[in-house]
Amino acid sequence: MSTIEMPKPDQSVLDRKAQIVEALCKVLPSDSVIFDEHETRAYECDGLTAYRCPPLVAVLPRTSQECAAAMRVCHDLNVTVVPRGAGTSLAGGALPTADCVILGTARLKDVLEVDYDNRIIRVQTGVTNLSVTGMVEDDGYFYAPDPSSQLACAIAGNIAMNSGGAHCLKYGVTTNNLLGVKMVMSDGEIVEIGGGAMDAPGLDLLGLICGSEGQLGIVTEATLRILPKPEGARPVLIGFDSAEAAGECVGNIIKSGVLPVAIEYMDRPCIRVVENFAKAGYPLCEALLIVEVEGSEAEIADQLSRITKIAQALNPVEVRVSESAEQSALIWKGRKSAFGAMGQINDYMCLDGTVPVSELPYTLKRIGELSKQHGLDVANVFHAGDGNMHPLILFDANKPGEQEKAEAFGFDILRTCVDVGGCLTGEHGVGVEKRDLMTYQFNTEDLEGQMQVKDVFDPTWLLNPSKVFPLQVSAQRRAGPG
Amino acid sequence: MTAFAAPTTEMAVSDAVRAANAQHTALRIIAGGTRGGIGRPSFDVERLDISGVTGITRYEPGALTLEAKAGTPIAEIEAALDAENQMLAFEPMDHRAVMGTQGTPTIGGVVACNVSGPRRFISGACRDFLLGVRFVDGQGRVIKNGGRVMKNVTGLDLTKLVCGSFGTLGVLTQVALKVLPRPERSATLQFQDVTEAEAVGIFCKAVSTPFEVNGAAWQNGTAMLRVEGLDTQVSYRLGALQKRFQGAHPSVLEGEAHRDLWTGIRDICAFAQTEDTIWKVSLRPTAAPAFIAAVQARFNASAVLDQGGGVVWLAVPSAVSDQAAVVRGLVPAGNGHATLIRGSTDLRLAVPVFHPQHPRLAQIAAGLRAQFDPNGILNPGLMAA
Repeated sequence: MSTIEMPKPDQSVLDRKAQIVEALCKVLPSDSVIFDEHETRAYECDGLTAYRCPPLVAVLPRTSQECAAAMRVCHDLNVTVVPRGAGTSLAGGALPTADCVILGTARLKDVLEVDYDNRIIRVQTGVTNLSVTGMVEDDGYFYAPDPSSQLACAIAGNIAMNSGGAHCLKYGVTTNNLLGVKMVMSDGEIVEIGGGAMDAPGLDLLGLICGSEGQLGIVTEATLRILPKPEGARPVLIGFDSAEAAGECVGNIIKSGVLPVAIEYMDRPCIRVVENFAKAGYPLCEALLIVEVEGSEAEIADQLSRITKIAQALNPVEVRVSESAEQSALIWKGRKSAFGAMGQINDYMCLDGTVPVSELPYTLKRIGELSKQHGLDVANVFHAGDGNMHPLILFDANKPGEQEKAEAFGFDILRTCVDVGGCLTGEHGVGVEKRDLMTYQFNTEDLEGQMQVKDVFDPTWLLNPSKVFPLQVSAQRRAGPG
Repeated sequence: MTAFAAPTTEMAVSDAVRAANAQHTALRIIAGGTRGGIGRPSFDVERLDISGVTGITRYEPGALTLEAKAGTPIAEIEAALDAENQMLAFEPMDHRAVMGTQGTPTIGGVVACNVSGPRRFISGACRDFLLGVRFVDGQGRVIKNGGRVMKNVTGLDLTKLVCGSFGTLGVLTQVALKVLPRPERSATLQFQDVTEAEAVGIFCKAVSTPFEVNGAAWQNGTAMLRVEGLDTQVSYRLGALQKRFQGAHPSVLEGEAHRDLWTGIRDICAFAQTEDTIWKVSLRPTAAPAFIAAVQARFNASAVLDQGGGVVWLAVPSAVSDQAAVVRGLVPAGNGHATLIRGSTDLRLAVPVFHPQHPRLAQIAAGLRAQFDPNGILNPGLMAA
């Protein structure tokens, strides 16, 4: 059923399983090496569940040193390694191959340092995104990047994918909030880059590592920036009868000088499903915006009145400023339950392209046309402030051929994103899901330049080698000298 | 320095680099020439002048994005942004005063050197606002990375790698930046007669409030806290901060004097008129006072604090011969670094301009340069001998 190809496992590696397990057990506590065929199944997929393959072995180190020791074994035995955080990737970033070792960060759970004066926290990377905020929120701080999977996803995966979230319009994504890493190189050496200062000397290796999808090294510790919590936040809900008006509204808000923390967008198919599920009282219209601002009461009131004025000029169907914590919660309830609500009525595939904000109305129109062409429904819910779209393609996974049809539709949408000046992925990463579209956004030299960077960090392409770069493009490198 | 080429298109830049490769000619990449004194000097190089690769190619105020060719003057970009009430939020420093240079600062130079300013510790550096680049590498290949959208994780982030690589990986030809609305109002609280230790105490307390302090600097015994935003926001935040610092009776500064004050801090005008050697030291803010005291115990140095204390600008009499070793020896290991920003040619030849790295990281950096510039013809030795 799958249309995304993975390389054939290396038989010589499969044949050496006993030797590989033995070598790993020598350097790790026995409960850290998982090789029983029933148990390795737990690691067969991540959030891209249509693709599954149990790894040869999974290892779960508790320290950077253990991680380095495991990596050195794999390096010496020439076994590929697929790093894994919490396994929530929607792009298949942690999808194993049968001949790989999964190197998981799940047991790297320590908080190493909290420094409020300098507003930083240093953690092992197996901690979840939300728990970082949890560790500091009683003292009035938070960690800003907030991917929807934040309850489950690990900082290791956030760094690998350069995760974003709803609030990055104001606070930036992971790369803007990451100050330093401890990283295990592909040969097992441990390096530290950056730390408590705002930047590190020399070339910006930290910027390169963040978002490198586990292809340059395995990040075991991270120094993150924390911020003081805002005094308050309040949303306004704005409905329009056309995508164009909503798009114009977004542009006008941004231009006005008000900087909301979030501008979320839902289209009619999405509103309908969400309303049935969450009863948030959304108006059934073509386009719904949720705009949230932060600050003290007086600051919030001023910002919301400016936003309301901008919206009123565009003939909205409805403008509803939240007037209480309950109303705010209700407005957000619909948006936050969108994926779950959709999942109750349908299988869906969640895309992640980004387009210039000015191209949102056109892109939505084009998605509508493609929906008719492919004969599959689509619902749109996304971060409009930064143009990061999440079309949800609805299909029936039990119907033969529908998965492939949905994938083809998704590819067409992502090509459209590139055509209008955008990109294939705004926050989920390339993984295997968008791997084969990379040649649509990048030419040979662009991709060669990126692969040459990997060559420096991982000369024999042991780390997550079948991801990001189309297989035929990376074929020679993956074969490796070993 | 002999002129090698002055291309006006990306294609011509590529041709020039290919030609330089063929002739084994090393190039010094230059546009405005205002930051040429930064880095290890090189002598056997010819000038590749890209100031002719110029012009804003796209500006969408509603999308907060601007694209420009690398040689575009900063002044031209700021004028365009100004017309739409927007700005480069990372406040790129103008190096002319402190480096004693003339010329026209360009966006390519700003990106190549990752030049940022006082807002950097809250809003981010140039690298955080850089959405995409096009560059010509040392073999003449044209490579694009990133794009012009605000969220983009497609492939490896060469955009950040190139930003701050001082032209050693490639010749920038085009950049795309995220811009922000210009604040409606800005104001600063000034605290007179405070030591650097007291200043850092004020910074840590102020920046840990929700009042979005986005400038925190200290010079000549005065600590400064800047707040910006909508009129109501600034009024509210000033009031709230004054309450937090009741006993200290800070004064409020606004208007033109306020703008000049922050331009002066951004450009380290306090050191412009001296003959001193200038260091930029990054560290944890709370480590700054002890660091400064330790340096001053060894020799007569003056200091300016910026970015909440996370940046210490040091002016050291140029006659102090062991200053590099002393300054770097006192930077807390693993939590900071010192860059020589202004120094004599002799000094920049004698000591590394950029803080020495762990051998493995230096090896990676050398490996990356070898990939993009195998013959070492782009700004050779500028970052590492």
